[in-house]
Amino acid sequence: MSDVRFSATRRLILQGAGTVALLGLGNLPFGLTPALAAANDKYPEDAFKAKSETDAIKALYGKSPEPSDKVKMDAPEIAENGSVVPISVSTTLADVTSIAFLVSENPVALVASYRIPAGTLPSVANRIKMARTSNVIVVVEAGGKLYSATKEVKVTVGGCGG
Amino acid sequence: MASSIRVRATASGETTEVQALIQHPMDSGFIKDAKGELIPPHFITQLTFEHDGKTVFAADWGGGVSKDPYVKFSFKGAKKGDDLKISWIDNKGATDTTTAKIQ
Repeated sequence: MSDVRFSATRRLILQGAGTVALLGLGNLPFGLTPALAAANDKYPEDAFKAKSETDAIKALYGKSPEPSDKVKMDAPEIAENGSVVPISVSTTLADVTSIAFLVSENPVALVASYRIPAGTLPSVANRIKMARTSNVIVVVEAGGKLYSATKEVKVTVGGCGG
Repeated sequence: MASSIRVRATASGETTEVQALIQHPMDSGFIKDAKGELIPPHFITQLTFEHDGKTVFAADWGGGVSKDPYVKFSFKGAKKGDDLKISWIDNKGATDTTTAKIQ
């Protein structure tokens, strides 16, 4: 009983420490490299600090997505290795400006957010980490609106904690 | 030092398909080492692809992207022989840049 409480507290403390370290480092690179920062939009730090996918989407876009069958996600049913899960997404929606990947059960839900300028196809493939079996959510921003697709991926060996 | 970025960009008709593989630990800050101590976060935060002075694709990444990250996308408007410039920066301020010829 006391063991359980101890480990839960410890985990909280460690997570807190990680967040603080991230905060401290986060400010540094942008001051040092104005050229690269100018080429990019600002890094969405708040969205990458959010624990839940709802908070992350809110921090990233300021609104909520609606599920759409026009967002096609290609993800494995079962991932044997949670540290490398190939996920790709494409959509038939027009005027896509960004695509984001989120994992509900990860310590930080937002994994990646891609900006899609005009002339770039709304299709992205990447490889992400999954702590455990979880829903994977992709959010597509098209014509100023948000659309999503969700799929559960079962993870045999987690990739975020060993 | 050899570039951390490997990229293959192939033009076919008006569309260019780009695949990039970057060597980077992508430590999330949530994983412990063999001694049980947390490995501090160390991951690429931003990655950009530029063609003809224009950003054609840009990524904001967190620690949830896999080690030695891979990404694939396609864009229009380039032709064989054009340059594609790829740059990344990580949360410690380290950067790398490379320029690839579109094939």
